[in-house]
Amino acid sequence: MTPLLSPITLEVIVLLLGFVLLFVESFHKGENKSFMAQTAIYVLAVVFGWSFFTTGNAGVDLSKAFYSADATALFFKRIALLTTIVVLVMSLEYRGVLSKFLPQGKPGAGLGEFYCLPVFTCAGLMFMASAVDFLLIFVSLELVTISFYVLVAYMRRSTSSLEAGVKYLILGALSTGFLVYGITWIFGLTGETNLIKIGEILPELLADKGRLVGNETAVLFALLLVLVALGFKVAAAPFQLWVPDVYQGAPTPITAFLSVGSKAAGFLILIRVLEPFFGIPAIHDKLVCTLAILAGATLIYGSLAAMPQDNFKRLLAYSSIANAGYLLVAVASVRPTDSTFGSSGVAVAFYLAGYLLMTLLSFLVLIVVANHSRGDDIQHFNGLAKRSPLLAFGLLSAMLALAGVPFTAGFWGKFMVFTAAVGAHQFVLVGIGIITVGAGFYYYLRVVAAMYWQEPNDDTPIQISGLTKITVIGLTALIFILGVFPQPVLSMIEGPKTIVHQAPVHMAEQH
Amino acid sequence: MLNLIVLVPIIAAVLVLFGAPARKTAFTAAILQAVTALLSLLTYDRLGPQFQFIQKTVIAAEWDLNYLLAADGLSLVMLVLTGIVTLAAVWVTPEITRRPNLFYACVLFISAGCAGAFASQDLFFFYAFHELALIPTFLLIALWGSGERQSAAWKITIYLAVGSFVLLIGLIDLYLAIPEQFRTFDMIKLQEMARHNVIPAAAQSRPYIFLLIGFGILISLFPFHSWAPGAYASAPTPAAMLHAGVLKKFGLYGLIRVALPLLPQGAQHWAHLLLILLVGNILYIGLVTIAQRRLDLMLGYSSVMHMGYIFLGIAALNVIGVSGAALLMFAHGLSIAALFAMTGILRERADSLAFDSLGGVAKAMPFLGAAFGCAAFASIGLPGFANFASETLVFFGAFKPAVASEALAGSFKIATVCALWGVVISAVYMLRAYKQIFMGEPSKAVASWTDVVGAARIPVLLLLTALLIAGFAPKTVLNYVKPSVEALVPKK
Repeated sequence: MTPLLSPITLEVIVLLLGFVLLFVESFHKGENKSFMAQTAIYVLAVVFGWSFFTTGNAGVDLSKAFYSADATALFFKRIALLTTIVVLVMSLEYRGVLSKFLPQGKPGAGLGEFYCLPVFTCAGLMFMASAVDFLLIFVSLELVTISFYVLVAYMRRSTSSLEAGVKYLILGALSTGFLVYGITWIFGLTGETNLIKIGEILPELLADKGRLVGNETAVLFALLLVLVALGFKVAAAPFQLWVPDVYQGAPTPITAFLSVGSKAAGFLILIRVLEPFFGIPAIHDKLVCTLAILAGATLIYGSLAAMPQDNFKRLLAYSSIANAGYLLVAVASVRPTDSTFGSSGVAVAFYLAGYLLMTLLSFLVLIVVANHSRGDDIQHFNGLAKRSPLLAFGLLSAMLALAGVPFTAGFWGKFMVFTAAVGAHQFVLVGIGIITVGAGFYYYLRVVAAMYWQEPNDDTPIQISGLTKITVIGLTALIFILGVFPQPVLSMIEGPKTIVHQAPVHMAEQH
Repeated sequence: MLNLIVLVPIIAAVLVLFGAPARKTAFTAAILQAVTALLSLLTYDRLGPQFQFIQKTVIAAEWDLNYLLAADGLSLVMLVLTGIVTLAAVWVTPEITRRPNLFYACVLFISAGCAGAFASQDLFFFYAFHELALIPTFLLIALWGSGERQSAAWKITIYLAVGSFVLLIGLIDLYLAIPEQFRTFDMIKLQEMARHNVIPAAAQSRPYIFLLIGFGILISLFPFHSWAPGAYASAPTPAAMLHAGVLKKFGLYGLIRVALPLLPQGAQHWAHLLLILLVGNILYIGLVTIAQRRLDLMLGYSSVMHMGYIFLGIAALNVIGVSGAALLMFAHGLSIAALFAMTGILRERADSLAFDSLGGVAKAMPFLGAAFGCAAFASIGLPGFANFASETLVFFGAFKPAVASEALAGSFKIATVCALWGVVISAVYMLRAYKQIFMGEPSKAVASWTDVVGAARIPVLLLLTALLIAGFAPKTVLNYVKPSVEALVPKK
């Protein structure tokens, strides 16, 4: 393996890009900072393309490493890169709104950092994708979270943005506390921070009943702390209360970033962290039960609360909670016996890939429409089909995909999630799923109804810039292409399969 | 061949959306589709293998998921139904002033969804094509419907979405019930497997009930029917024709194609429940239909009611019953489409379709009077029309069902006797409606209505001719249906 093609170069380039941009920003005198975002977009696109030519470090003994570059990790790195690219495109569209709410120094002031920080977030997400050690997980998570603290509260003259910032800061810090406490317990029990080593030590620890009484309780307690922390990150009920306000108050590109990037990272960590514990029969059942309760509560809360929303941004926030519910259904459907198809890890990864496309597309359209209609309520989408058929069709595809209609990427996500659930006999969750999918059709189609049924409030056609147009067309096309040909993405995600497959191996050794 | 039937409407719809002349394009596509469907039926070699015109593109090899089009006699009959009804539906559409392009694109998408579902022999595409019709229906009813169109659009969409999702769960459960080494989405292979009883009897009942409820919601099985009458009453004419005539048959077709061969024990396990529900369809909904005072609502309820007979034929699990059910699907599709087409013609002229505001229409519009009479008689099940032949087969089949237990066979007899009374109920509401609308002296307004003339008569005549052909010589259709049914119905 040549050093240039080593996967870690991807993160290094992204980090370097961030520093260079910061430097340029401090010495650049001009008012127009858009070139920074454009540079970042093109460089990240190159890195994205490059990621297909890197080879993973499959041969490395992960129990001695803290950085893994398996197929899963690469897949999630690509998710992070793609998300950041689209978020930067959105930021360019959003700069008008943004400069209105920034302190009025000289024009263009403060915009540069808004284009740099997502790059650092992206680097954090990419490191996190590869982390197999609690320390790296924690550090990269903090890199992501801290840059989000800044970004969420970025519009300093908007009270709702500040409110969102404070809420996110306090709850984020709280969840970090839970995470550290959980990691401490696990470290105290096993003496290790490496996840693979922990997976090796835990069965011995629990099998040796004489050594420490109450080990199982201790492990479960540690796990509970970690679950609470990750529950905050992925917006699972009952830790979802911050979501609607933060999502609505934050600058829209950041909302999109939070709901895609942050969620993808949360679920990846969830899978990685829980994986060693699933292998232990004594813990397996309790863990699955807890996750199922979380999943059910999240699904019901997200779907039912989304129904009466009139503000589209808030609706997307609740939809993001509901989608966390579907992802949790998949996580809760890990089962002791295994099948070739429908394993939860693949389901989670594929669902996230589809979710990324449709959520980013909805937010992109939202930003453009909100710019022209001066508001982000559902009624501001009235008659969009006449004002801009392209945007309306894009949003239609996104909504259909979110609702899970076949021939869109969203269908395969739901299909895999529920295949896993039926296979694991989680019929209560399936029953809840039937109700929430029905509810989903209602709240997603409300926007479609506004766009196609209603007459526009004003007739002026919406003009969109070239880059935005390309992004809308690209995302829409991807939604349909993945909906008919899921195979390319599936073969990219071979990694999570092996992760989930390990559980029965451990079990077999036990018996 | 099959690709043409499925893809022509899709391509036409896309062209229309991009600004091609709406009606002309749609009309050309519909003719092309209908002619191709008829040609495939005629060139189908009945002595050859069951599935012909096979086309296959691999989509996901590790799941054995392919874009697989193939047709046997049953599929071809349904495809011909799709072709004829689409053609008639496009033909009778009055001039659309608001956004004609979107309108015709939606109609074409529904037609493509039906054709795709009947021509696909891959579970995913079979399911997915049906869903293709969901959003066009949502838009058609809400934008161009009448009456309570928006609430009707919401109701049908949410209902069908939930139904489809239950169906999806059923298909997943079925898929996972197959032993791992045999799992496939290929319906031809699945049918082969069914002969070897790959799914143990104990594992059959859960997938079957999911499938029954899922398909049942799509077919408006009692008590999941409440979306249908209102939606059909509010829908614009072509949407009502395609939906009640063709799309609804998807669920029945699915039961015959997927549930019967793979889950015969499951079907017997739940036969009692199905019998109770289908008698609910026939008697309860029948009585509700009698109580209707508006033509469009009455037709909506009557189409729900007639589903009961088809269910009865399918529940019987024998070749006669299921062939009768398949023939009735064909016949009902044509007759209800004709009735809705003529309702649409009346709606263009009348302010209201309430019975007491109409009367004497036959004097003003003799052609419509005669044609409506024919379609109404067909719907009741008068000999000479395909409905009669198929209902007879269904009753024969249901009287001697292929079930193991004596008690169940007894219940079938009771259900059949109940169902026979349904014919009387149909006669009551249809004849009364006909008398009130078409007989008597026309009011001044009605007397001024002009009859359907010239080429506008063709779509209605087309549907009625097909009904008569299949009625006087049911063999023409049965010869195609029976071999498929024999391959699908479980052997004892």
